Amino acid sequence: MIRTSIRRAVVPGIAVLALVLTGCGASNETDGGTVGGDTGGATGLSGELAGGGSSAQDSAQQAWRAGFQSDNPDATITYDPVGSGGGRESFNSGAYAFAGSDSYLTDDDGELSAAKKQCGDEDPVEVPAYVSPIAVVFNLPGVDTLDLDAETLAKIFDGKITKWNDPAIAGQNNDADLPDTAISPVHRSDDSGTTQNFTDYLNKAGGGAWSYDPDGVWPIKGGEAAEGTSGLVAAVKGGEGTIGYADESQAQGLGIASVKVGDEYVAPSAEGAAKALAVSKPAPTATATMLTYDIDRTTTESGAYPVLLASYLIACQHYDDANEADLVSGFLSYIVSDAGQQAAAQQAGSAPLDASIAAKAQEIVGAISAS
Amino acid sequence: MLSSTEATGKPVVRLGDRLFSGTARLAAMLIMVALAGVAVFLVVEGLPGLSAPADIYRPADDFWSYVGPLVWGTVLAAVVALVIAIPFSVGLALFISHYAPPRIAGPIAYVIDLLAAIPSVVYGLWGGLALAHWMTPSINWLYDNLGFIPFFAGPPSVTGRTMLTAGIVLSIMVIPITTAISREVFAQTPRLHEEAAMALGATRWETIRLAVFPYAKSGVVSGVMLGLGRALGETMAVAMVLSATPVVTLNLISNSNPATIASNIAANYKEATPDRQSLLIATGLVLFIVTFVVNFIARLIVARSERNVTR
Repeated sequence: MIRTSIRRAVVPGIAVLALVLTGCGASNETDGGTVGGDTGGATGLSGELAGGGSSAQDSAQQAWRAGFQSDNPDATITYDPVGSGGGRESFNSGAYAFAGSDSYLTDDDGELSAAKKQCGDEDPVEVPAYVSPIAVVFNLPGVDTLDLDAETLAKIFDGKITKWNDPAIAGQNNDADLPDTAISPVHRSDDSGTTQNFTDYLNKAGGGAWSYDPDGVWPIKGGEAAEGTSGLVAAVKGGEGTIGYADESQAQGLGIASVKVGDEYVAPSAEGAAKALAVSKPAPTATATMLTYDIDRTTTESGAYPVLLASYLIACQHYDDANEADLVSGFLSYIVSDAGQQAAAQQAGSAPLDASIAAKAQEIVGAISAS
Repeated sequence: MLSSTEATGKPVVRLGDRLFSGTARLAAMLIMVALAGVAVFLVVEGLPGLSAPADIYRPADDFWSYVGPLVWGTVLAAVVALVIAIPFSVGLALFISHYAPPRIAGPIAYVIDLLAAIPSVVYGLWGGLALAHWMTPSINWLYDNLGFIPFFAGPPSVTGRTMLTAGIVLSIMVIPITTAISREVFAQTPRLHEEAAMALGATRWETIRLAVFPYAKSGVVSGVMLGLGRALGETMAVAMVLSATPVVTLNLISNSNPATIASNIAANYKEATPDRQSLLIATGLVLFIVTFVVNFIARLIVARSERNVTR
């Protein structure tokens, strides 16, 4: 691990921020105390590093690559957005030095054991890197926002509530002028982390109205379906009375629902998602190096937005090659640093990690070293 | 083999002949090897997918209930596409070869060939973003007026991303292939046959029916087969247009349509776990077999009807 002085790291870190923020107003969301806190990233690293996986991380990875490579001009990082499943598989076979995955490793399919084996019989490193709120979007002329609780959402997506002026919806939206239009719920036709997280939310927060297990594959037969986030957004835009779920960053131009948290209704926001992750409990498989969370969908924390996707970075604690270890550690440190998180927020509309999680993640990836 | 033996003594074989027949044979062998290679890959990689734990097949329970709707969707989409494409292609080809003045026929043929060169993603984009939207009034009309036919049983989709729309997109992709081949064989009709029919007092249409169609039949069928191949295997355009969900239905205008095998693989492979990946490869194997079977049945039908014609 190359630890450069903080002062040396801060300057390029700020330069990156400035580059990424060009044209936009300075971000006021910086949680203070970041400059001089965690390192913005290492400098002077060289070599090539191949990774891949989650396609949700793709545009954030582009920002991270650009930021890291401007600090380390001799380093070349590649990230292939083959999808989470493909990323985990290639990591476990040794083709990737690190992987991005929309769900943490489990042993349901033997993937956690395979990852341990690949990492020399040690626990792999897993840290949240990309947190994105999932917005419930709808297309209903004349209505821009709606307040909906999880139970109503579950019934809508399960086809139990079929009209927009159903009392269950109208009761929560006294001001809205709801038409007699039929509701067409739109889901993803592909296996996706967004569906996994959305159905997890409906299942846990829906108060029994959603009887299906959380899954990346939509569990109900029938209904409108579209491929990919952009396909789903296009389908929702293309019909009247449609409702769907998509990354908040891609939800422009559609009505956006606020979901009920505690006694208030919360609209999707980056800060809300980061907050919801911060109040979540560690996953059962979490260890000292696996910073994984079971997102608390039923949180009542004020301002938290529990419909979110947390995407992880997977790596090993030790690498045979010292240079590779330095590169992985340097790149992952940059990603979870404030500079990296802000770069992703600008480029991909993700939620910067909460300071407490970022600090833990920083410690874990900073310890990656040569075996 | 094509070699025609001359009766007059020993045929002269030169080096050029040997080289040429050798290369030709090699090409034929290589394509067989490639096909066998694909089949072996599908079997080896897909076999675990046939008997995986039940939750791999979610939302279905086992392999056959998972692949069944996909096979149905594949065949249905191809049939819809061909039903639309065949009359168009044959009409177009006839227009170009027999009706249009050469000044117009040339450019039209050129434009149709151009259609074949458009990549399928572009058709998918157009179908999903534009055509689907335009289709909604027609879909509502079909439902209101022809709703008693199972094909239009509805309820009509509000987004227009239906099997009917997918079939239309596919048919537009099939038309250039079928048209190009039909046009060539129509143009090959012996001039004497046509003139003979004309001399017997046949009208233009009767001439075409008596002289051109019987002659060109097998060629048109080959064209349709190629088009069918494209319709069965089309991936991106279907994935981008169709609102897909595992159901078996005749309904062409609702929002619940079965996906095709190819589009299902494309949509799900990226996020699949290793078990799901072998399941998807196994569905690829099924598509491989379905293609063979469909082609075989089609050729059988053609062979039978040709026997009827000659009788």
